[in-house]
Amino acid sequence: MNTTEIFELLREKFKDAIIDLVDNPPSDSFINVVPEKLFDICLELRDNPEFDFDYLMCLSGVDFPTNLQVVYHLYSLNKKHKIVLKVTVPKENPKVPSVERIWRSADWHEREAYDLFGIIFEGHHNLIRILLPYDWEGYPLRKDYKEPETYHGMRVPY
Amino acid sequence: MGLLDRLDNPYETGGIILGTLEDILNWGRSKSDWYLHFGLACCAIEFMSMNASHFDFMRFGIIPRATPRQADFIMITGTVTLKMAERIKVLWEQMAEPKYCISVGSCANSGGPYWQYGYHVLKGVDRIIPVHVYVPGCPPRPEAMEEGMMKLQSLIDRQAIFRKREKLAENENLIKSNKM
Repeated sequence: MNTTEIFELLREKFKDAIIDLVDNPPSDSFINVVPEKLFDICLELRDNPEFDFDYLMCLSGVDFPTNLQVVYHLYSLNKKHKIVLKVTVPKENPKVPSVERIWRSADWHEREAYDLFGIIFEGHHNLIRILLPYDWEGYPLRKDYKEPETYHGMRVPY
Repeated sequence: MGLLDRLDNPYETGGIILGTLEDILNWGRSKSDWYLHFGLACCAIEFMSMNASHFDFMRFGIIPRATPRQADFIMITGTVTLKMAERIKVLWEQMAEPKYCISVGSCANSGGPYWQYGYHVLKGVDRIIPVHVYVPGCPPRPEAMEEGMMKLQSLIDRQAIFRKREKLAENENLIKSNKM
């Protein structure tokens, strides 16, 4: 199944929750979705035998001037097709439903996105920092991040 | 400088070496260093070949130890993150005197490629513990680490055990007059 067919089928079921399809070769074509319906859409993508997306290849965060974005790369090992989902949230309230209960691999990916971008995944069972120390302040991969002057008495800048 | 070099001395032939107790103690200490390896990044990968048969690190008389309490020196090989720096400090303080530190690679020396945007990297392990030998390189070749080990041995060879303060003052005078 190609991206356009997947988009049409999703549009039939979820109506306005599927915003648009961006087809811009040679980059991967992707589907923008609203954050509120994300969990249901992902569950449909996994459990509907026509889609059969059993593998979350990658979950990544993106920092834009006013928004934060989460990108999901999905793949079906049986059907051999793939799809990219994107969900955009405002920086003031960056809450995205967790897909950890759908694909277990999302567990650590979501913790990493939380650690470095500050995206809050609602429904995650253990949303704590994964790479940085637990008492770290700020989200380092945001463009407006300023590195701390000291950490536990150690000077950080060169 | 080494004790065995004195066999070339015409006055000390016949299998007799004259030396001070300090020389003999230092000779023994420098040739049987046990080390605690702290591998953190790609320098530790280079260090694996140091321990393997081709470069054979153990011919320096050193033995890897799994605990800081049995180690004479610690090798910091790799990028020291702020999270790990606290652990290194604890390990260093658990080691028994006399203790030494070899810092291997650009990251451990000065932060390396992370010096500017490395918000999570300690810019040089010498900010938390004293370093006796710096081995440059990114990562250094095993030959460079051998050179570092030999530098540490010669440093231990020259170390004062008795009359420390007088000898330190002597050394400082030598350094000031550029004789060393």
